[in-house]
Amino acid sequence: MRLVLAEDHALLAEGLIRILEAGGFSVVASVDNAPELEQALADPAVDAAVLDVRLHPSFTDEGLRAAVEVRRQRPGFPVMVLSQYVEHLYARELLASGDGAIGYLLKDRVSDVAEFLDGLRRVIGGGTVIDPEVIASIMARRPEEPVDRLTAREAEVLSLMAEGRSNAAIATALFVTEKAVAKHTNSIFTKLDLPIDIDDNRRVRAVLAWLRV
Amino acid sequence: MGVMDDEPTLEIGTSADEVVADAPGAVPWAPPGRFKLTLYAGAHLLMVLPTLLFFVLSVVGGVLSIAWVGLPVLFLFVPASRWIATRHRNLAAAILGTPVPADYRPVPEGTHLPNRIAIYALDPMTWRDLAWMLVSLTAGFVLSLLTFLLLVVIVTGALWWYGAEPIMRARARLDRALLSYGTTDRLEQRVQVLTETRASSIDHSAAEMRRIERDLHDGAQARLVAVGMSLGLAESLFETDPERAQQLVSDARAATSGALGDLRSVVRGIHPPVLADRGIGGAVEALALDMPIPVTVMQYLPGRPPAPVESAMYFAVAECLANVGKHSGAQRAWVDLRHADGVLTAKVGDDGAGGADPARGTGMTGVMRRLSAFDGTMRVSSPERGPTLITLEVPCALSSPKTTPSSPKG
Repeated sequence: MRLVLAEDHALLAEGLIRILEAGGFSVVASVDNAPELEQALADPAVDAAVLDVRLHPSFTDEGLRAAVEVRRQRPGFPVMVLSQYVEHLYARELLASGDGAIGYLLKDRVSDVAEFLDGLRRVIGGGTVIDPEVIASIMARRPEEPVDRLTAREAEVLSLMAEGRSNAAIATALFVTEKAVAKHTNSIFTKLDLPIDIDDNRRVRAVLAWLRV
Repeated sequence: MGVMDDEPTLEIGTSADEVVADAPGAVPWAPPGRFKLTLYAGAHLLMVLPTLLFFVLSVVGGVLSIAWVGLPVLFLFVPASRWIATRHRNLAAAILGTPVPADYRPVPEGTHLPNRIAIYALDPMTWRDLAWMLVSLTAGFVLSLLTFLLLVVIVTGALWWYGAEPIMRARARLDRALLSYGTTDRLEQRVQVLTETRASSIDHSAAEMRRIERDLHDGAQARLVAVGMSLGLAESLFETDPERAQQLVSDARAATSGALGDLRSVVRGIHPPVLADRGIGGAVEALALDMPIPVTVMQYLPGRPPAPVESAMYFAVAECLANVGKHSGAQRAWVDLRHADGVLTAKVGDDGAGGADPARGTGMTGVMRRLSAFDGTMRVSSPERGPTLITLEVPCALSSPKTTPSSPKG
């Protein structure tokens, strides 16, 4: 897997490269500014990108813009966006840039190396990984939404799904059987009016419905 | 969401001061001729009776207000007196060629009767009006009458020819002196306002500093100390009890997460990152998304306000929305952000229970203090059973072109 890394803090960039290489990824380009990032992403040999939201030159949201732009040019291009803080607004913009293959996490999550690498692999595999903090902020709002028809347990399952976990992983996290999780997911799909689908996109769409994209 | 440039449906008029005669510069002013001046004198004479009436009733109302019955009288005749005074202001402005502004204190929309009377009574201009009425009924009356008679009596035509202008200018100066504040008065008032707002903004920022210090001290700092201790302990246990050491290392990692969470919330309280990234428009949209009820954001901002204004306005809107979420019981809310005529305006409305009192609770007074440092104002219209509309205004200029973050800044 060839990755582009954009991170403006030299120390953090170094740490990330170490973690990514240890996880079996190869970082082909590590940049700290928007123009170089654009150049690096133009290389068709690159498989995925790990981007910081704030980069040189203006330190606002160039990483986010680059993520949306590259996914416009290469639909489905896997991007993991990392940030010191997460915004529901930004999560929505990223999710709107195409189905799946998108991640949006707090930088702190990198400290759980195994979990982070796992998340990155899920994103590269077409999954969606959204930071629990975004999910918590969504959970705390909007009564009377279809999501509120879910039982507490179903909501729990859905939020773990939003973090990109498989049924098996959800089962482990909630200390239930995989079969029970499958029952919950089916019930979620019905309640959110998501028809049966051959591929696994329903999971992504359930998350998107939840985030109101 | 998105840009909307037509007027919002809900618009509550400002209790704007009466507009004064043509502003100098707009139309070149020519001194009025003798006949016109005499016409003005005639106008003065026609207004003598109503002035007398309003004066007497205002005084009677004032005296009777001790027994409450006077309040309705004042409610009618203070505005009537103001109206007639402003007619004289306009005449004086036309004669002298300088504006004679009516510097009444604004009366907020929907102010109840006793409060309204209190605002009138505390406004020095009300008392100046009263004094002016006395003068205009005596000396002023004599001057205008003189001008008028000098022409009408015909034999005194020569006196009129030479006298009309100086007499009428004297009358206009007399009116101006009483009916508007002089430069010194104005500067004194300005100095007083600046002194007050400066003191309160210094208090406010000192309090903010203390709060930030406390937040850092109790939050991130304490957690980092814990991280250090866990790691130190782990270091000493690696050889003897590796299992326990590993546990301590993972505790330490969890504590760094907590410390980062604390730092994020402190940063949000100082200057939210999304405000830095996207400006007030994007930041308010982000706020709206995190609200428990649907909030529509309309904005028309062709550029970005100066950063301090942007920040003050953001926290003001955030406070208003927080109150909507906490107290109003509203189903929907909306925010309208726009910049027009050198004023940045944010209106926050909801369909909730109303009855919001800005004097209650520290949040709104904090907002007012923060805005007043920029000569900004807050008006609250919140009748019982709603709806509530809060209007926040700060005079400021926009940096004209929307700065595109992708453009290099050097």
